[in-house]
Amino acid sequence: MINNRLIVSSSPHVRSEETVSSVMLDVVIALTPALIAAAYFFGFRALLVTAVTVLSCVVAEYAWQKVNHQPITINDWSAVVTGILLAFNLPATVPLWMPVVGGFFAIIVVKQFFGGLGQNFMNPALAARAFLLASWPVEMTKWVDPFSNLPLLKTPDVISSATPLAILKGTEAAGQTMPSITSLFLGNIGGTIGETSVLMLLIGGLWLIYRKVISWRIPVTFIATVGVLTFIFGKDGFFTGNAIYHVLSGGLMLGAFFMATDYASSPVTPKGQIIMGIGAGIITSVIRLYGGYPEGVSYSILLMNIAAPLIDRYTTPVKFGEVKVRA
Amino acid sequence: MKALTFKGGIHPHDNKHHTEKIAIKSLKTPGKLFFPIQQHIGAPCEPLVAVGDEVKMGQKIADSKAFVSAPIHSSVSGKVVAIEPVLHPGGSKVLSIVIENDGKDTVHESVVPKGDLSTLEPKQIIDIVREAGIVGMGGAAFPTHVKLSPPPDKKIDYVIVNGAECEPYLTADHRMMLESPEDIIYGLKAIMKVLGLNKGYIGIEENKQDAIKVMKEYAAKEGGIEIVVLKTKYPQGAEKQLIKVVTGREVPSGGLPADVGAIVNNISTCTAIAQAIKTGMPLISRVVTVTGSAVKQPANYLVRIGTSFRTLFEASEGFNEDPAKIIMGGPMMGIAQFSIDVPVVKGTSGLLALTKKDVALKPESPCIRCGKCVDACPMNLLPIYISAYAKKNDLEKAEEYNAVDCIECGSCSYVCPSKRHLVQSIRVAKQAIIAQKRAKK
Repeated sequence: MINNRLIVSSSPHVRSEETVSSVMLDVVIALTPALIAAAYFFGFRALLVTAVTVLSCVVAEYAWQKVNHQPITINDWSAVVTGILLAFNLPATVPLWMPVVGGFFAIIVVKQFFGGLGQNFMNPALAARAFLLASWPVEMTKWVDPFSNLPLLKTPDVISSATPLAILKGTEAAGQTMPSITSLFLGNIGGTIGETSVLMLLIGGLWLIYRKVISWRIPVTFIATVGVLTFIFGKDGFFTGNAIYHVLSGGLMLGAFFMATDYASSPVTPKGQIIMGIGAGIITSVIRLYGGYPEGVSYSILLMNIAAPLIDRYTTPVKFGEVKVRA
Repeated sequence: MKALTFKGGIHPHDNKHHTEKIAIKSLKTPGKLFFPIQQHIGAPCEPLVAVGDEVKMGQKIADSKAFVSAPIHSSVSGKVVAIEPVLHPGGSKVLSIVIENDGKDTVHESVVPKGDLSTLEPKQIIDIVREAGIVGMGGAAFPTHVKLSPPPDKKIDYVIVNGAECEPYLTADHRMMLESPEDIIYGLKAIMKVLGLNKGYIGIEENKQDAIKVMKEYAAKEGGIEIVVLKTKYPQGAEKQLIKVVTGREVPSGGLPADVGAIVNNISTCTAIAQAIKTGMPLISRVVTVTGSAVKQPANYLVRIGTSFRTLFEASEGFNEDPAKIIMGGPMMGIAQFSIDVPVVKGTSGLLALTKKDVALKPESPCIRCGKCVDACPMNLLPIYISAYAKKNDLEKAEEYNAVDCIECGSCSYVCPSKRHLVQSIRVAKQAIIAQKRAKK
């Protein structure tokens, strides 16, 4: 009746259909609306920078694995996700060699040096962004207004416009007027390629929550903390802060939904994720309100990344049955 | 009423459509039947018969003096042709009594009605249950008379019948609820009488609306029995999770249900108790769901214990295609078989024949720390870390992360997108930790 040998293995005998690739692909899908917005506001150059970054990441992963005789895993989409996220953190004006450097740094130094997929202790895209910002601060902060007609291949020679956060801070951009809340919400403002459109990022973020790729814990606590703190510690005294502008501008939406939720570098415990969100919110607010930079989302996430293993350790959930035996 | 549930868990495809609408079919077993002397948790039995003896249906053929054990009865009349080691569904050979069926089903003299439930004393009911060899029929096969005899300091105030049947594919309990509701209620009443309770509970998952309706009807006739509607989620029928949902009490870590004043019994266990009292027939048959995409005619069979798996698959007209895996029990916690020449035992709730496609094992990839195992764990553990330490053989750390509390439901392995063998590695660590502790004692 049975002609072949039966498979004998330990239970469970069935598995869900979800795979690493399907999870990563969901993230790519979630990033697509923001990419479309980027192409709309910053033109084809935004798409080009993104394509170069993604390609660099994939090539870097392939090259590393080939040289080290490891199984090639570029079809799991994880390098693509890193690539898109890194591109989203670059201004559309960067010279095209920069995403290449960033992509290789993200994949090889931050991800593969520490053991590859799931082992990186920092978000690769953010670490690469920090590296680029420290190395080439001028090129990395050349913001342009939307619809600036950037040349496609030539590095654009433009005058930097101010981001809303710089205006809020009132330093170099003093005197410029704030964009309207509608512009902020739609993304019709200066900034990096993928951070400006709150609407599109929200759509993507909600998709990830709906698909159970991420939980609400990190993004909601992160954004709420920034909102509350920037309102309380306003420039003109307590409870006068411009929380709405703080929440809608800069990299907060991108960071909260897509960067702080990076699996490898964030806690896995429910309580730990809430601590991660609140912690990143506090650091972001402190940097924005009192620090030297107008924006602090990236650094706050990187700092919390380092604390993630420790957070996991101290937030082990109370196990089922951790109760007193009835006397 | 809103369906109740526990924290965590998963939603696998339930695949119950193959058999949930098919009435239980009674199956005769010609030829040889095999009775392993160990079909339960506890001490193995000693054979009471010798090769060449004539035996009758319902006759006790093996027993033990140990308290935690359950006697075994012949499910047919015929002749003992061998007492030899035979392959057991657990995977190893176990001493078994082999009986050649004479096809007459001559009933043994000891099989007589045991009297009316209203006149029986609790002690008498416990004896009837023990003598009938009744065990938990959901799979674990823990002797029921032991459950019914909690230590005197543990007051039981909840008796729950487990009609969750949360394992995918299985429909034996579902069909029993539809076809023998009065026996289920009768068995539950007997347990309530033993424990001196006037309230009992039957938990049923929402996906069995017809069973909920029928059981509610019959429960209303009797009074004192509440049907608890449970959310369809695996492992809703796990003992600790079911108790938590019904009573709000958590069985303490390392403790037993009796520690929180609860006992749980399977649907088929209740009907077995009813049969043992009403007709005096011990546990010699049970309902087995034979299903899976490789099976030609999936069905629910009322089958004699000792029947070979092969006979059941033959009754279902064999296979559509070569099965890749044969499982006794459900796909989440069942035991994979390497042969179909294995007998049905008291804990055989189902037989699955799955195709290569159903059980395709994708290669493990690195953990991406997505935390889905953490969300799925019904025991609120961190499978990601227990498994990591287990794989490094760091038992101390695995224990620190409560490996021993794992109920091995497999939810973590099921959800893992990296297809990591989480529960498998945790199971190994858990057993090693328990063995270590025993050695120290």
